[in-house]
Amino acid sequence: MSDITQAFPLAARLLLQFDPLLREIIGLSLAVSLTAVVLAAIVGLPLGAGLALLRFPTRNFFIVLNNTLLGLPPVVVGLVVYLLLSRSGPFGFLGLLFTPAAMVLAQCVLVTPIIMALTRQQIEDLWLEYAEQLQSMGASRLLAIPTLLWEGRHSLMTCVLAGFGRAIGEVGAIIIVGGNIDHYTRTMTTAIALETSKGNLALALALGFVLITLSMVVNGTVYGLKEHALRHDLSGITAP
Amino acid sequence: MQDVNLTITAGGKTVLLGPNGAGKSLIMRLCHGLLAPTAGRITWAGGPIAWARDRQAMVFQRPIMLRRSVAENIEYPLSLRGFGRGLRRQRLREALQMAGLTNHANLPARLLSGGEQQRVALARAWVIRPEVLLLDEPTANLDPTATGAVEQVIEEFAQAGVKIIMTTHDLSEARRLADEIVFMHRGCVAEHQPARQFFGAPQSREGKAFLAGQLSW
Repeated sequence: MSDITQAFPLAARLLLQFDPLLREIIGLSLAVSLTAVVLAAIVGLPLGAGLALLRFPTRNFFIVLNNTLLGLPPVVVGLVVYLLLSRSGPFGFLGLLFTPAAMVLAQCVLVTPIIMALTRQQIEDLWLEYAEQLQSMGASRLLAIPTLLWEGRHSLMTCVLAGFGRAIGEVGAIIIVGGNIDHYTRTMTTAIALETSKGNLALALALGFVLITLSMVVNGTVYGLKEHALRHDLSGITAP
Repeated sequence: MQDVNLTITAGGKTVLLGPNGAGKSLIMRLCHGLLAPTAGRITWAGGPIAWARDRQAMVFQRPIMLRRSVAENIEYPLSLRGFGRGLRRQRLREALQMAGLTNHANLPARLLSGGEQQRVALARAWVIRPEVLLLDEPTANLDPTATGAVEQVIEEFAQAGVKIIMTTHDLSEARRLADEIVFMHRGCVAEHQPARQFFGAPQSREGKAFLAGQLSW
């Protein structure tokens, strides 16, 4: 209990002083997770929309596979990426193991199925509303993909945010492929894991509060941008 | 639909008239290729209906406005067809002028009134230069002023030589617009006549009952 009571003032002190070490850890956490989410969105959004709209023989199999990958254990992803990037692995020549790039890759693998599955559901719902009109105007299911991704951009922002939530709070994969190296691959979550294993529970909790605050700031910023865009109906932004 | 044998020829305005549930909207969707018949054939000048999609445009009772400006909505079918920027802009200007929407070009389409949105849908059809314009109850949700504005745009299409095929259950609208009437009841074509003949002397029992206001479905 004393750890919890110590954690609040410690978290406040860490934030107010903006300790250089904390700054470094926050910066890396955001850089890794945001990069992973952006890459996952680039892959997951069109794939999810394609899975929603296109018809092909193995479609049902890929939907089930996508849904199954939602529950990928992070440590398993970390292990697989580790094996791929290790010196004896097929991509060992890239020298990415124990670097932030490896962490981005691992989080990207975790987050892409989430964005893909949520996008698929959103686009399927949109297609019910738009199908007749788009087909009448000459859009095939394939051509409807970029149109519906744009039409559903407000809801899809929430899908991407869900992916960010998974990434920023993830530790199992990045601790394996990143190694939790001080000043290099140590993020908020791996620092929490380390401090907990050292018995510095108050510090670990404080870092946890900082992480939650960070996540709230990112979510609040995106929410504010979304509300602003909705209010002005994105006037002035050219549609694809 | 039951035993529907119908030939619609080029030119003029054909109105599919009938009570709710008669099959008017279904026929429109079949003609536009949005639905496939479970039996029988639909042909366009002797060829398959799929060939006709680019030569037709359809305006729905509640048109979907894309989440973009009026101008971008109208340009959308042209961008789907790979039209160059110059030609897109030219056709957009013509369509905005035709539909009386020049001052609304940069407004978000979803913020327009129902009548204005229907005119955007018509402008969206105009830009692809269809040979046939299908309209499914285009004024059903509009007030008299907006209805008048939409009918004026429909008249522009007709004067440009576009074949109009329109559904309505509004007798007065049918009287105003139709050159010929296809009267439908319970999935069947009960009558197919020039409008003057239908309104003057309907042949079918259902047609007579409908004109007398005794047939609501």
